[in-house]
This record gives sequence, C-alpha cells and structure tokens, in this order.
Amino acid sequence: MLQIRNLTKIYEGGVKALDNVSFEVADNQFLAVIGLSGSGKSTLLRCINRLIEPTEGQILWNGEDITAASQDEMRRIRRKIGMVFQHFNLVHRSKVITNVLAGRLGYVNPAWSLVNRFPKEDVEKAILQLQRVGIAEKAYQRADELSGGQQQRVGIARALMQDPEMILADEPVASLDPVLAHSIMTYLEDINKKDGVTVLCSLHFLDLVHRYADRAIALNEGKLVFDGLPEQIDDEKFKEIYGRDAERVG
Amino acid sequence: MKNNKKASPWKSLRVGLIALLCMVVLAYGFQITRVDLQELRSESRQASLIRVIRALAKPDILEHDQVEEVVNLPIYVPCPEDGSIPSGPEQDKSEPYLAVSPTCASPGDVVQVEGFNFAPYTEGPLRFVPGSDPDNIVTLGRDNAETDADGHFIVDMELPNRPSDDVQYIRATLRRNVGAPHLTQTAHDTWDKIVETVFMALLATVFGTMLAIPLSFIAARNLMAPVRSPLASISLSVLGWPIGIVVGYMAVRWVGGLSASIGSTIWINVASVVISPVLIAFGLSWALPQVETTTSPSIQLRLARIGVLILAVLVGFYGLFQLASLAINSGGMLEETLGSFGFVGYFLFQLGDIVAIITPALGALAVGGTLSSVLGRIGQRSSEKMPVSGLKILNIILATVTGATVLGLLGQLVEWMYQIGQPMYTLWIPLSVGGASGFLLALFTKAKDALPIGMVIYYITRTFLNALRSVEALVMAIVFVIAVGIGPFAGVLALGLHTIVSLAKLYSEQVESIMTGPLEAVAATGANRLQTIVYAVVPQIIPPYISYTMYRWDINVRMSTIIGFVGGGGIGFLLQQNINLLNYRGASAQMLAIAVVVATMDYISSVLRERTI
Ligand SMILES: Nc1ncnc2c1ncn2[C@@H]1O[C@H](COP(=O)(O)OP(=O)(O)OP(=O)(O)O)[C@@H](O)[C@H]1O
Ligand SMILES: [Mg+2]
Repeated sequence: MLQIRNLTKIYEGGVKALDNVSFEVADNQFLAVIGLSGSGKSTLLRCINRLIEPTEGQILWNGEDITAASQDEMRRIRRKIGMVFQHFNLVHRSKVITNVLAGRLGYVNPAWSLVNRFPKEDVEKAILQLQRVGIAEKAYQRADELSGGQQQRVGIARALMQDPEMILADEPVASLDPVLAHSIMTYLEDINKKDGVTVLCSLHFLDLVHRYADRAIALNEGKLVFDGLPEQIDDEKFKEIYGRDAERVG
Repeated sequence: MKNNKKASPWKSLRVGLIALLCMVVLAYGFQITRVDLQELRSESRQASLIRVIRALAKPDILEHDQVEEVVNLPIYVPCPEDGSIPSGPEQDKSEPYLAVSPTCASPGDVVQVEGFNFAPYTEGPLRFVPGSDPDNIVTLGRDNAETDADGHFIVDMELPNRPSDDVQYIRATLRRNVGAPHLTQTAHDTWDKIVETVFMALLATVFGTMLAIPLSFIAARNLMAPVRSPLASISLSVLGWPIGIVVGYMAVRWVGGLSASIGSTIWINVASVVISPVLIAFGLSWALPQVETTTSPSIQLRLARIGVLILAVLVGFYGLFQLASLAINSGGMLEETLGSFGFVGYFLFQLGDIVAIITPALGALAVGGTLSSVLGRIGQRSSEKMPVSGLKILNIILATVTGATVLGLLGQLVEWMYQIGQPMYTLWIPLSVGGASGFLLALFTKAKDALPIGMVIYYITRTFLNALRSVEALVMAIVFVIAVGIGPFAGVLALGLHTIVSLAKLYSEQVESIMTGPLEAVAATGANRLQTIVYAVVPQIIPPYISYTMYRWDINVRMSTIIGFVGGGGIGFLLQQNINLLNYRGASAQMLAIAVVVATMDYISSVLRERTI
C-alpha cells in the first residue's frame, strides 16, 4: 500500500509543481496518472522514489516513511521500485545486457559491481528478462543500435531485474507509435497482473487509460482534480482536467 | 527593433568614435611593439637574413667523408731587405703544388696564387699561415679555392698585415667527398633529442591524464551539487584524512621494512609476487561476498571481515614492494645482459624505483581515503539516529576539533615554507580561529541539516585548477628546473602538471554536459553514488575524454619541443644552443625534425580521434 499525504513540491525557481496532493494506491493496482503537460506528473512520480526531494508531505510505503529514509534505507527502498522513462534513459554506449544488469546495482556488492562483475545468476536472469520482452538476441549489441520500441523493452527489463514490488512509469509510450505503444503497455499489464507488481503510469492518451488502468488520478497545475475509475471521466470531468477549451480526441 | 530602422546621427557619431578609438589603440600598439619596416630594408640586416635563410635551407643532416689535400707554399712578407729570397725545397711537380707571383710582397698587397695537379672539382680554403711554422693551425683570410676539370685554380689573395723577417706560408686545403653520404653528428644528436621529446610528451600525457580523471569528477558541478552531508559526517571525514594518512604511511613503511628484511633475492621476489595476489583474491572473495544476504551479518563476522580486508590490503602493499624489488633486480640484470636492448632493463629498474617511492604515498592516500569515508559514514549514521540535542553537542565538539585541525595544519605548512618561527602566528592563532569557526558553524546550523559539502569541494577544486591553469607550462618548467635540475625530468613534471590542470577543466566540462536521463535511471535502481558514476557517467564521457587526451597529446608534443629553451630537456635545448652559436644549419636540422614530428603526431592523433567517435 502506497500512501501519499499532503505532498507539495516547490522548485527552486518558486514553481509549485505539486500542491497538497493526497491519495492512496492499493497493492497490485494499475494506476494511471493523467494531466496536461506541466501539470506535475513527472514530479509526482519522481518524488515517490525521491529522485526529487519533496518540499512537504509524507510518502508511506507499506507503513515505512520514504520521505524520512536515510541514504542506506533509500538504497533498499529504491531497489524495490522499478522505473521506466519516456526517453528510455538507457546508457547508449553500453551493451544492452549491461543496461539490464544495472537493475541489480541495488543488490550486488558495490565493490564488485565497480569492476563490472555480476554474479552468474544475475547474468542468467538478465537474459531471461530480455527473453520475456522478446529481444534476447540483442543482448550484446550497443543500446543505441536499437529502435525506440526495443529500447523501451530494455528499460522494462532493467526495471524487472530489480524484482520490483512497484513500477513507476513516466509516459512510457509517449515517444512511440500507437502499435508499439500497445505492445509496451501490454508488457506493463502483464507484469501488473501476473507478477502482482503495483504500477503507477503517467499517460497522455485516454484510450490507453481506459484500456489498461484500474484507476486514474488527474493533476492540474499540481492539484489533484480527479481520483476514480477511468470510466468516470466524462465530458464534464474531462474539461475539468484538461481545461475548458480542450477537445476530446480518440 | 524600432531604433534600427532610422539612422540617427547619434548612432553614426558613435560608430565614428569607436573607429577612431580602434585607430588610436592600433597606433599605440605599433609604437610599443616598435613596428619598423625601415629596419627590414637596411643592408646589413638583409645580408645576414639571406645568409641565415640559405643556411636554413641546407639542414645539417647528410655529409660525405672527405679527404684533404693540404699544400703549403713559402712566401716572404715583406720582401727581405737584401732582396735575396732563399729558395725552399724544390716542389715535386707530379704532386699537387702551388705557385705564387710575386713570391714576396708587402702586407696588404694582392698576390696571385695558382694551384696545379689537384683533384678536379674540389674546393676548400686558401689561407695565409702566419709565423714560420708550416704546421701552424692558425690561419688568416677568407679566400676559397675551387679547381677546374684539370685540377687547376687561380685565386687573387690579399696578404694580411703580418710582417715578419722569417718565411711564412700560404696553405691550400682542398677537400673532396668520398663514398656515399651518411648522417652527420648533428643528425644523430637531433634524433636522440627528438626521441626524448616525444617521450617527454608521452609521459606527461599519460600521467597527467591519469590524475586529471579523478579531479575532473570533483570539479563537475552536476556530480558535486547533490553531495550533501550533515556536519558530524563532514567533520569526521575531514578528520579521517590526516589521521589516515599518518597511520597509512606508517603502516606501509612498516610493511616496506618487513619486505626488505624478508629478503630481496630474485626468488623471494618472484614467489611473493605470485603468492600475494592469490592470498588477496582469497581474502577479498571471503570478505566481500558478491550478493548481500538479506539478513545482516553478525558483529563478529563483520569484524572478522574487516580484519581480513585490512590483512589483504597489507599483503597487497607487501606484494607491491616485492614487485618493485623484483623490477629493480631483474632490471639491473637485464641491463647488463641484454646489450643494445638494455634500455628495457633500465626501464624496469626505473619503474621499480617509482613503485618503491610512491607505494608509501599510495598507502597513505588509500588509508586516508578509507578512514575518511568510514568515519563519514559513522557520522552520517549518528546524525540520523541520535536525538537532536545530543547531536548538537557532538556537532559542536567535532566541528571545533576539525576546524582547529585544518587551520592548524595549514599554519604548520606556512611555517614550514616560510620559517617564520613565531608559533603565535602559525600555530595558536590558526588553531583558535579554526576552532572558533567550526564552533560557530555548528552553533548556527540545524543539527540534522545536510550541508552542501559537495559544492564547497567543487569551488575549492575549481579555484585551484583555474589558478594553476593560468601559469604557462614554460613558467612551470623554470620552477621545476630549479627543483629537480636541468633535464627532461623537469620538462615532464611541468608538462604533466599543466596537463593535469587543463585536462581536468576540459574533462569536467564534459561531465557537466552528459545526458542526465541515464544518471537518473541508474540512481533509481538503488545504485550508490560511485556505482552511478561508473555505470551512467563513465560510458558517456569515454569518447570526449579520448579526444581531449589526443588533443592534449598534440599540445604536449609541441610544448615539449620548446620546453628545452628553459632547460626542460628535449630538442629545444639543442635548437637554442645552435641558434646561439649561429650554427644555422644545425638549427635547421632541428627545426625540420620538429616540423616532421609535430605533423606526424598531428596526423596520427586526428586519425585516432576519428576512430573513437
Ligand atoms: N527542475 C525543475 N526546476 C524548476 N521547475 C521545474 C523543474 N522540473 C519541472 N519544473 C516545473 O514543474 C512543473 C511540473 O513539471 P512536470 O515535469 O512534473 O510536468 P509533467 O506533468 O510531467 O509534464 P509533461 O507531460 O510535459 O512531462 C512545470 O511547470 C515545470 O516547468
Ligand atoms: Mg513529464
């Protein structure tokens, strides 16, 4: 269970990216986060694993206060939270397998990982994860030789290497074509349903939200403006979330 | 935007004024740099310019072996007063011989010297030999004789003002090339020096790069900005450095003594060098399990692991000492037995010496760094766990001690350098000022606040780099020549230091411009800071690092060609010497060598750079 309580983030320039946001996510839920560009979706997701330090508020995960965790505790917490990014964020010049193995960095002994030594089980596991997302044959290519869709699958494999209990996906399909978008979303759905991993996923397209999410929350200028089932987003709600002038497409 | 359309008179006036100002600046520049074309037109300048250019066009690289034909001819200057000229020994007309008419003359008169039977097409000086000794090596005059196809020449020669009653001589020394051309001594010297030059550049680049890499990380804002620690942690890790350095130095010195007392025969060396890594590998694999088990290990196990780690490190240093000893021993042996490949032995010997010298320093730094990070972590833990009031007191004590230690040490450094001899200024005042500022810092910060220590280190490093970077390598070379004496070593040190500071700057700019996405992604997996750097930063900076290293290598080759001008070794020394001796043909050979080397290195490095990107 993830509990967000009165979360506020004010950036150094004074931008209030999150404004007193509170909600809860049950285990095994697929939660979509929607909202206009600049509404604070990325900020919210990054606050949860403290890539961004929240200004105020609390984040409790299974009863543990993430916002108060020390550096060592953070390492332990983060390794259970996988993250998938819009721009994949692979290390381009490294091999695919190295990118995937990076998902184990929170587990392995730091001293050995610095000289690029991973336990044999981890390497085998990395190949397995690549098989799961269907690109095992690319394991020893450089990451930047892969297409966008393939890179995102590597990103998912990297998150899976963490044996995650939760995955934060920040617009995982925003830079992919619709067909690829569905294939990537299917992997996330599979991980959510089969492995019981909680998924928080920010999305731009409502049809994806309807198709994959159990529940949706919406942000507008940092404020939580909607929390409910995807089907409940009717025209009225839509205008509330996206503004008066917005037109529904798709 | 609107102002641009109309040409206002003010604007034209301003442009005019700026142009005028530029003219004035230029005119002033002409005056102080003494631009003087008149000087170029003066005849003597032109004559010497032509001479130099002609010499430069004939670099002193190839020469022939020469045979000389030397013939002396007696002459009386002035004619004897009694008019009698004693006839010398009859000249052998089948050999080369000289004839002069008239056979005696007054000083300053012009006589005609004729040579017969010399080898055809040879040339050489025709000189007046003062004094009555035909073998006198002192000669006067500047005339030159050149034989025709029959080995005959005629030269008009002005007699010098050396009157003597005795017989004096005219000497023709005609030289002729024999055999194939071969390299001159100058060419050999130039080759030696150019090799020295290239290796100076190589060493400076290699060592400079190795030290610039770690520096570049702590001079990169994006890596240092997130580094924040509570005061207790900062104080403890600062204290850890000096304590660790002293402890480490003593421990490694002790190991060194042990290694020396165990023996330095080559067999003991080899055995130690082979066995130590095995022992270390065992120790490490036991003390550092690859996967952290979920249950945290018991205290006893942890202590045992730490003990084994320390032992492994000591064994490692023992191995290093033995390696050094092995290199020195085998190097000495090889140097004697290998003959012309003796330089390999010399290299090994020097390498061993370097290892033996830097091992204690390495140990001191390693233990310093380790102790600092261990103490830092203890500080971090206690800041997290302790109640605020207790922490505040701890902070105050630690910060006071740390401040006093740091400034006290700095004061002692000043004392050591300037020998002021007044402990009031170099010990007590720094101690109390340091202690007081630490105390105040602890008093006015919140106990649990994480202070931006990363930025402090960043600014200190940047200032240090910028200050050193503004000192030219040539100036550094002068300093090092004073410190370690004239020679290539001073040049290597100067170039190396300059390489460190300038590369660290360039590298750190590359670190600052990496893509942040991968950094974020790796950090999100739970990787610690060092892991993040190795997995997300290093792969991104490898190509620019290589290309900057190549660029620096280029600069170092250029610099090392002229660093000899200030005594830093390399070809510059030779070049300067030849210029000072007006030996322009020699200088020309060296300039040619420099041009060839610089162009070649330029080409190689550009090819390599293309490959890596
Ligand atoms: N590092 C930063 N410093 C200052 N302001 C920031 C920073 N990052 C984001 N912001 C601001 O915070 C607000 C929320 O940004 P955020 O990236 O969370 O939006 P988003 O919903 O993810 O948008 P998008 O859909 O375009 O990704 C924006 O106004 C943005 O300008
Ligand atoms: Mg975003």
